[in-house]
Amino acid sequence: MIELSRITKSFNSGKPNQFTAVDNVSLVINPAQITVFKGPSGSGKTSLLTMIGCMARPTSGRIFLRGVAAAVPFQQEGAESVEITSLPERFLNEIRRSTFGFIFQQFNLVKGISSLENVMLPAYPTGEGRALFRARALNLMEQFSISRLAGQQVELLSGGELQRVAIARALINNPAIIVADEPTAHLDSKLSQEFMEIAGRLKGEGKSVLIASHDPIVFDSPLVDSLIEMRDGAVDASRGRR
Amino acid sequence: MKNVQKAIERHLNILEFTLASLLRRKAKNLSLLAMYLLVVFMLASLQFFVTALKREAAIILDDAPDMVVQRLMAGRQDLVPGSYASEIALIKGVTAVRPRLWGYYYDALNGANYTIMASDDPTAVAERASIGSGIARSRNLAVGDLLPLISYDKNPIMLEIGTIFPSGSDLIAADLIMITPEDFHKLFNFPSGQATDLAVTVHNPKELPTVAAKVASQLPDSRPILKSEIMRTYQSIFDWRGGMTLVILTTSLLSFIIFAWDKATGLSAEERKEIGILKSIGWETSDVLLLKLWEGTVISLTAFLLGVVLAYWHVFFLSAPLFAQALKGWSVIYPRFQLIPVVDAYQLTILFFLTVVPYTTATVIPCWRAATIDPDAAMRY
Ligand SMILES: Nc1ncnc2c1ncn2[C@@H]1O[C@H](COP(=O)(O)OP(=O)(O)OP(=O)(O)O)[C@@H](O)[C@H]1O
Ligand SMILES: [Mg+2]
Repeated sequence: MIELSRITKSFNSGKPNQFTAVDNVSLVINPAQITVFKGPSGSGKTSLLTMIGCMARPTSGRIFLRGVAAAVPFQQEGAESVEITSLPERFLNEIRRSTFGFIFQQFNLVKGISSLENVMLPAYPTGEGRALFRARALNLMEQFSISRLAGQQVELLSGGELQRVAIARALINNPAIIVADEPTAHLDSKLSQEFMEIAGRLKGEGKSVLIASHDPIVFDSPLVDSLIEMRDGAVDASRGRR
Repeated sequence: MKNVQKAIERHLNILEFTLASLLRRKAKNLSLLAMYLLVVFMLASLQFFVTALKREAAIILDDAPDMVVQRLMAGRQDLVPGSYASEIALIKGVTAVRPRLWGYYYDALNGANYTIMASDDPTAVAERASIGSGIARSRNLAVGDLLPLISYDKNPIMLEIGTIFPSGSDLIAADLIMITPEDFHKLFNFPSGQATDLAVTVHNPKELPTVAAKVASQLPDSRPILKSEIMRTYQSIFDWRGGMTLVILTTSLLSFIIFAWDKATGLSAEERKEIGILKSIGWETSDVLLLKLWEGTVISLTAFLLGVVLAYWHVFFLSAPLFAQALKGWSVIYPRFQLIPVVDAYQLTILFFLTVVPYTTATVIPCWRAATIDPDAAMRY
């Protein structure tokens, strides 16, 4: 479970162009569910996801991760819970690597190296033996029916194949939480549909899936457990759905 | 223990990715490597060459007498009369004066110049010669064979090979023919009672300059040469020649560094983006810098090691053909060239620090800024 308490994110604090992208957001995200953040452009979806995913710190407020603390080399505030906003950089990185898997709008694959290398990339600095995560990567690629493309450079892949490589990469460190920012923005409706099916499968495996999207295929999908509507950096409680 | 293993795995993994990553920009990295290799090769060749020459000179001079007295006639070296030897022997501090008979013999058969010397050894047998391994090899001679030399009046003198000097003992010995003084006189029609020069031994080396001054004043047409002077001359020739080339090579090294710096600092948008991606998927700043460090190290270390090995081969196996021009000047001193391998660890270390360190730094530093970007930046590509 992820709990956000009065999270605010301001850019350029104290300057005339100060801008509050996320404004006093409190919410609870349940584990093993698909949670979708919906809202107009600029409403703060990406900003919120980066804070949950330990990529950026909020200006104020606290974020608790519960039930994922086992992946963290220390404990805090009783068992099974860790407050991430106050953690030093090193631990944040550690949590980010072990707990979160990211899928980006542009997929953000590294050009010139094979799909297999791309899938393994997040595991390199963990200090795990290469043979282990290589086997895992091949297994993931098999699950997504892209084994055939393992040796292929990513420039040559189609949109749908790129997406599946990106998903496999997000899963390589076996994270409990998948964060996807506009994952379907570059996909046609069939591939978007397919993405939701995969999200459903991951949910079935007990993973939490957080998606920011303004694609109806995503937020209207019956697989979505929780829909959070955002407007001007705040959660629009009246429009959300459980 | 577990942590150590993890740290090692991390290095290995990142190194692995470094190699895959370098292969992507094959053309760029190979051209960089080739240029780098060339600079290291030239610098290391020169270094090996000069060091080896210095050592050869030291070996040769080691056997040389402390003082040699020549006689000058009209500004040219002339034969020394026997009376000079007895006169010098009377000077205080002189322990021995040894008249030497030596000269050069041109072998038309293979166009080589040999050094011919009369032996001091009283047991030396007439018409028998000791020869250097170089001659034995080029003329295909073994002990007991006959070596015909053509005397001044074009008559052949047959010499039986008594001994062959062991090869590699020193440079001069390779081209040396040692015969009895009688044969020497016969071969060159060398006037008796004269010598090519005199080797003078002095009891106390500190008195050498005083003795030399006395010789010069008592025998005005003589020219005493001290070993220490010869050494200094050699040393300065080597240093000067080496220095000249070094200036040229340093210039090329500098321009290479500027080139490398330019290549490395011009971090492309592509590379910047890549660093952003790595950060976003969980790589830390230190992981990215480690990747870049490996990148720089792999290229510069490969160039350094290959360059040094090639230079070693060039100088010691091929006798430094690239420095043939410089060699011509030296060939007056050394008729033939086969350098004995000698490596100066100190100079190699300097070369290492002049090449590997600046390049690696030039690779890592520009990435520093890119590597410290926030991981969320990749969310907004
Ligand atoms: N580094 C930054 N500095 C200043 N303003 C920023 C920064 N990052 C984001 N913003 C601003 O914060 C606001 C929220 O941005 P965010 O990317 O979270 O919106 P979003 O809901 O993801 O929008 P979209 O649907 O277009 O992706 C935007 O107005 C954006 O301009
Ligand atoms: Mg966004």
